Amino acid sequence: MKIHLKIWRQDERDGPGGMVSYTLDDVTEDMSFLEMLDALNGVLIGKGERVIEFDHDCREGICGQCGLMINGRAHGPLPHVTTCQLHMRSFRDGDTIYIEPFRAAAFPVLRDLKIDRSAFDRIIQSGGYIAAGTGSAPEANSILVAHDTAEAAFDAAACIGCGACVATCKNSSAALFVSAKTVHLSLLPQGKLEAPQRVNAMIAQMNAEQFGPCSNTEACEVECPQQISVLHIARMNWAFNKSRLLGRKG
Amino acid sequence: MALTGTFLCLFLVIHLLGNLQLLLPADRARASFNWYSHLLSGNVLIKLIEWLLFVSILAHIVYALLLTLRARKASGRGYVYDKRKASSTWNSRNMGFLGMIILLFLVLHLKDFWYRYKFGNLPLDEQGYTDLYAIVVAAYEEFWYVLLYLAGIAALGFHLLHGFSSAARTLGLYHPLYSKVVRVAGKLYTLAITAGFMIIPVYIYFNKA
Repeated sequence: MKIHLKIWRQDERDGPGGMVSYTLDDVTEDMSFLEMLDALNGVLIGKGERVIEFDHDCREGICGQCGLMINGRAHGPLPHVTTCQLHMRSFRDGDTIYIEPFRAAAFPVLRDLKIDRSAFDRIIQSGGYIAAGTGSAPEANSILVAHDTAEAAFDAAACIGCGACVATCKNSSAALFVSAKTVHLSLLPQGKLEAPQRVNAMIAQMNAEQFGPCSNTEACEVECPQQISVLHIARMNWAFNKSRLLGRKG
Repeated sequence: MALTGTFLCLFLVIHLLGNLQLLLPADRARASFNWYSHLLSGNVLIKLIEWLLFVSILAHIVYALLLTLRARKASGRGYVYDKRKASSTWNSRNMGFLGMIILLFLVLHLKDFWYRYKFGNLPLDEQGYTDLYAIVVAAYEEFWYVLLYLAGIAALGFHLLHGFSSAARTLGLYHPLYSKVVRVAGKLYTLAITAGFMIIPVYIYFNKA
């Protein structure tokens, strides 16, 4: 396949940038999207040009490192897949593909398609953990957790923190990410005790990082590779409102 | 937004139920509607609710503006090629635009009916009540006015279609089954409110003398 690419190029953080056109021959439909970018970088190296920088790690769809805006959609045209799990068979010979970094004031572009998502790390540092030392792994049945509760916690814990929810939200809200991280801990016995403090601390940090407000468009759930449900946002709101009403903020 | 929106949703039900009297035969509608308007305007509790209503509308608008400013600041530089609209409904993305149309409609509505009733010099009906019915019917006999009304109510309908279930989520309704129930209830509520408010001007227009 011959693929035409329009890729965001930016030399430095906060610097100017723009779309640059490339054409890549010999793209096979079995290539992953990131392998296609690797191939393009190979061509650029051959020409002595600076390679296109982009985030990636496991390339198995589980680490949350890769994340690109492909043809105007977070992670591209397929539903519920990460960028690394998108393959070139989803495109046709002669297609033009627009590739941009995830955009949000809280996700500054470092270079080309690479963004700084440390705002997510700081949200986790503000309360996305259990404060008590838990020691080594206990005997599995010493704290009983109902099957449905365990499944619900797992559903929330499946969030890989890729940032597609923020990138696709018209308000650049991180509500889906924060809700997944608060809910998966607060559902379980070990995390339940600190639930009010956690939800307040993490929402305060989310606001401090200048993520936008959630207006419940549900675009985040549609684009989420892990299909994190927006009902987690409702559960986070419930916990937050309850803690405010009961005066248990932190 | 959720609390003020929920209160405004409740008000719309009461407002519609009162206005449905306009669908009665002309003589009965005039007597009933004017008596009802007189009853409301003289009631202390209704005056309190009226003030609460104005405060709610103002708070809803101010909070919406603040959230919009926060969202704009958070969005940073936009995308060159943007197809994000494919993942959400049009009305959920354009609540601010719909809200502005509703606000313009509300100003017109209050100017033509509420203001004239409170501060205008209107004639009295046979019972000695201010004849609000007469100015409502006179307004709805104008084609352009009916069209304007239908446009305003349509904007309200699209606003409610998202706002109803959005409020429930903001308040924290997270149960999957009840969330579905609220979503369906929101659609039925929106249908009832928009159809109810649309029928009144259309009915009066086509039944004009």
